[in-house]
Amino acid sequence: MSEPTSFDPKTRMIARAAQEVQPGMVVNLGIGLPTQIVGHLPAGFPVCLHSENGLTGTGLVLAPDQADRNLIDAGGAYVSTLPGAAFFDSLTSFAMVRGGRLDLTVLGAFEVAQTGDLANWQIPGRFTPGVGGGIELAQKARRVVVLSTHCDRRGQPKLLRACKLPLTAERCVDRIITDMAVVDVTPAGFALRELAEGVSLEDVMAATDAPLALPDAPLLRF
Amino acid sequence: MSLPDKRQGMEEAIARIPNGARILISGFGVPGTPFTLIQELLRQGQTGLTLVKNDANETGLGIDHLLASGQVERLITTHIGLNPRAIELMNSGKLTVEFCGQGMLAERLHAGGAGLKAFLTDIGVGTLLAQGKPHHELDGQSLVLETALRADFALIHAAKADPFGNLRYTATARNFAPVMAMAADQVIVEAEAVVGLGDLAADDIHTPGPFVDAVVDLAALGPLSAEYGVVRREQHV
Repeated sequence: MSEPTSFDPKTRMIARAAQEVQPGMVVNLGIGLPTQIVGHLPAGFPVCLHSENGLTGTGLVLAPDQADRNLIDAGGAYVSTLPGAAFFDSLTSFAMVRGGRLDLTVLGAFEVAQTGDLANWQIPGRFTPGVGGGIELAQKARRVVVLSTHCDRRGQPKLLRACKLPLTAERCVDRIITDMAVVDVTPAGFALRELAEGVSLEDVMAATDAPLALPDAPLLRF
Repeated sequence: MSLPDKRQGMEEAIARIPNGARILISGFGVPGTPFTLIQELLRQGQTGLTLVKNDANETGLGIDHLLASGQVERLITTHIGLNPRAIELMNSGKLTVEFCGQGMLAERLHAGGAGLKAFLTDIGVGTLLAQGKPHHELDGQSLVLETALRADFALIHAAKADPFGNLRYTATARNFAPVMAMAADQVIVEAEAVVGLGDLAADDIHTPGPFVDAVVDLAALGPLSAEYGVVRREQHV
C-alpha cells in the first residue's frame, strides 16, 4: 500500500531483498529476517520455497488457531502449504540442497568478510545457536544473499576485512542487503551497489570495516 | 504365515534402555518429537545418556526435560538456538554438545544405517566443524572424512503404525524419523494410531517394518499430551 520510501529501514531492507527472488526459482529463506521476505512477494508469484525440515511449496505463516501441529517451517513457524507442495525427510531435503537444486538462499549473518566468508552460527561464550542447515545452504545454493542489519546491536560493523567469529562457510556470499546499502562481494572485495533512502555514502563507509568500491554510475536508492 | 506382532507396553519398551545408552530421537521442533517416550525416559531416570537430535526442543518441551533432570551427558545436534537451557549447560561445561550440519547429521545416520563407515564431503571444509577431522584429497580437492553415526536405540514418533512396525509419518513430522529408524540397534516407535496388518497400503509405507523393534500405541495411553500441540510463542519481530 505504502510507497517504498515511507517504509521503516527494516521493512525497506526486507522489501529490497524480496526483489532478489526471481520467478521460477527454488528458494530457501533463513530463520529470522529472511523469512519475512514472503510478505513482500506479490500474490501468485511463481516461486517454490524450500524449508529444510522437509517441505517444498511453503505458504504463509499461520496464526496459532489455524495452525497444523505437524506443519512448520525450519524456523519453527506454523505455515500453510501451496497446492503442489511436497513433504519429505531430512535426507531428501539436503540432497536437494547439496545437489544444487536451490537457486537462491537468503541468510542472516553475524559477520561477512570481503572475501565472501560468512559467520552466522556462533558467538563463543555468548550465543551459540548452532549451524542447522546453514553450512550446506551457504556452500551449495547457486546464489547466496545475506540479509542483515549493517551493524550489530553494539553498533559494530558486520562487514569486515576478515571474520573474527567461527565461519559457517568460506567464500560463499554473493550479495549483502542491509538497512543501509546493497553490497556485492566481488573478486576485488566489497562493491557498493545501492544506498538506502536517507543514508549517505559517508554513513555506509563509516559503518563498514573494509574497503568499499564505488560504481561508476550514480548510486541507486532503495 | 503372518507378520510378527511387535506391540509392546511403553514401560517395558523404555526399560530396555540402560544407563549410558546412545539414543537417536526423531523430530524437528515439535513435529515428530516422541514426547511420550521421552516422558517415560524421564520417569524411569536412566542417566549418562548421549542424545542425537536435530534440535534441543524448547524450554519445557521434549528433550529439555532430560537436560533439566541431568540425565544427558552429551548431545549431538545441529541447532539449539530455541533452548536457552541447552546453551547455558553447554557454556557452563555441564553438557557436551557436538554440532553437525543438518544434512551431515542425516547423512552420517544414513551411513550408519546402511552399513557404511564414513564418507567424503566438501561440506564444512575450512570451518571449525571440520577441525580435527581427517581430510583426504580427491580430484584435487581437500575433503572432510565424516564418520558414520549409529546408536543403541532410536525413539521415533509416527502418525500410524501396524503391529509389524510399518510406519507412516505426517507432514513435516517426518524429518529425521526414516533415517534414524535405519541407524539404531533397537528402534522403539510411538504411534498415534496402530492399525491392522494390511490397513496401510504397501505402496504408502514410509518406514518398512523390519527396521522397527517395538511399537507403542499412544491411543491406548489416553489423549495426546499438550506437548504435541501448537506452541504459542511470542512473536519476535
